[in-house]
Amino acid sequence: MDLELMASSFPKLLNATLVTLKLLSLSLIFGLIFGLFFAILRLNKNIFLNRFSYFYSYIFRGTPLLVQIFIIYFGLGQIEFLRSSFLWIILKEPYWCAIIAFSLNTGAYTSEILRSAFETINKGFIEAGDSLGISKKIIFYKIQIPIAIRQSLPAYGNEIILMLKGTSLASTVTLMDLTGVAKYIISTTFKPIEVFIVAGGIYLFMTFIIHNFIRYLEKKYSY
Amino acid sequence: MDLLAFGNTGWGDELFFATLMTIAVSITAMIIGFCFALIFTPLKLSKNKLLNFIGNSYTTIIRGVPELLVIYLLFFGGSGAVMYVASIFGYNKYIEINAFITGSFAIGIISGAYSTEVFRGAIQSIDKGQFEASKVLGLKKPVHFFKVIMPQMLRLAVPNLSNVWQITLKDTSLISVTGLVEIMRQSYIAAGSTRDPLFFYSFAAVLYLLLTFLSMKLINKLEIKYRRGY
Repeated sequence: MDLELMASSFPKLLNATLVTLKLLSLSLIFGLIFGLFFAILRLNKNIFLNRFSYFYSYIFRGTPLLVQIFIIYFGLGQIEFLRSSFLWIILKEPYWCAIIAFSLNTGAYTSEILRSAFETINKGFIEAGDSLGISKKIIFYKIQIPIAIRQSLPAYGNEIILMLKGTSLASTVTLMDLTGVAKYIISTTFKPIEVFIVAGGIYLFMTFIIHNFIRYLEKKYSY
Repeated sequence: MDLLAFGNTGWGDELFFATLMTIAVSITAMIIGFCFALIFTPLKLSKNKLLNFIGNSYTTIIRGVPELLVIYLLFFGGSGAVMYVASIFGYNKYIEINAFITGSFAIGIISGAYSTEVFRGAIQSIDKGQFEASKVLGLKKPVHFFKVIMPQMLRLAVPNLSNVWQITLKDTSLISVTGLVEIMRQSYIAAGSTRDPLFFYSFAAVLYLLLTFLSMKLINKLEIKYRRGY
């Protein structure tokens, strides 16, 4: 056990954790928007919109995240049309490619979580709103959304942790996140166990915080 | 379509064998995972605090740490660990471990943590009366486990195990970083030499979709079999 290496790699890894956290938070924000959008499409009665949303989540949940990142980072640059458009400013950066891939991926899972939450809302709540003469819009924003958020908290907590682990794939497209730096230190020092303990410890600490935060929210919003 | 031709002119046969490799790694990893689950599920259910702690640490650590990090640990540390064990027995030559074994072992450890959770949940949701009844009837431990608990556990576990299988199948794409030629690695090679990454990575995505789709169909049949009588 090389304690010196563990101590000296800790600040480097902690620095890289910032990249991981940035990737995670941005992907979660975009993912939540995608998720809500596709969940609403999925609940729509229009069969075309419904199917579109279904295929989106099927494709992103049925293929590995690694393939998705590679298609976006290596694949999209091949299309002439994209290279000459303003989108290229975003797509040439591995950082944004990773965020796009993560957001689309977590969006697919989030849309499934939200859809099932919307579907399990007790019909009585909506009927009660109707009979009180509350408009459809207010029923949606003030009754359905708060209940759906509460219902989906446990599953969404798991999704956040899965996404935290997913951000490690950013290291495959040259980004130096926590896993990327850990791999760099391992391959230069050949001391995998020490680095694994430090990097794994940081990941476990983050998982622990997220887990407890979600638990706290669940308690706060339980009824 | 020329790119997918079989033989020396296209990448069809290479990708076909790569797909077989992905399937082989997934199945091996799943079996290794079951072995881990067989060890750690009793530990997690044990009343002994130390054993319980060991079982819980395994599932918590593996499920909280990125798969890629576990793979790097085994890839860089695997042969060192084996050589250390071998040196205790007096064998001091260099041992290189095959990428297939390292890869399926790494994915197996990960899949094992998920399987452990599934089995634990399934056993815990079996009615307490079943355990008491077999005690009252004086059934021997193996009979109690294989004839009473196992059939009921499998019915509850199969739907969740199908999720574990999907996760395992998708995780095998990560061992491409160790150089094992499975779908992802082969697409990487093909994309590099033809300069057509969009096509090959999209084709890889289609292959993965096909694998997940077909395995779902198969698993649904299994589920019907284990639901028999309910």
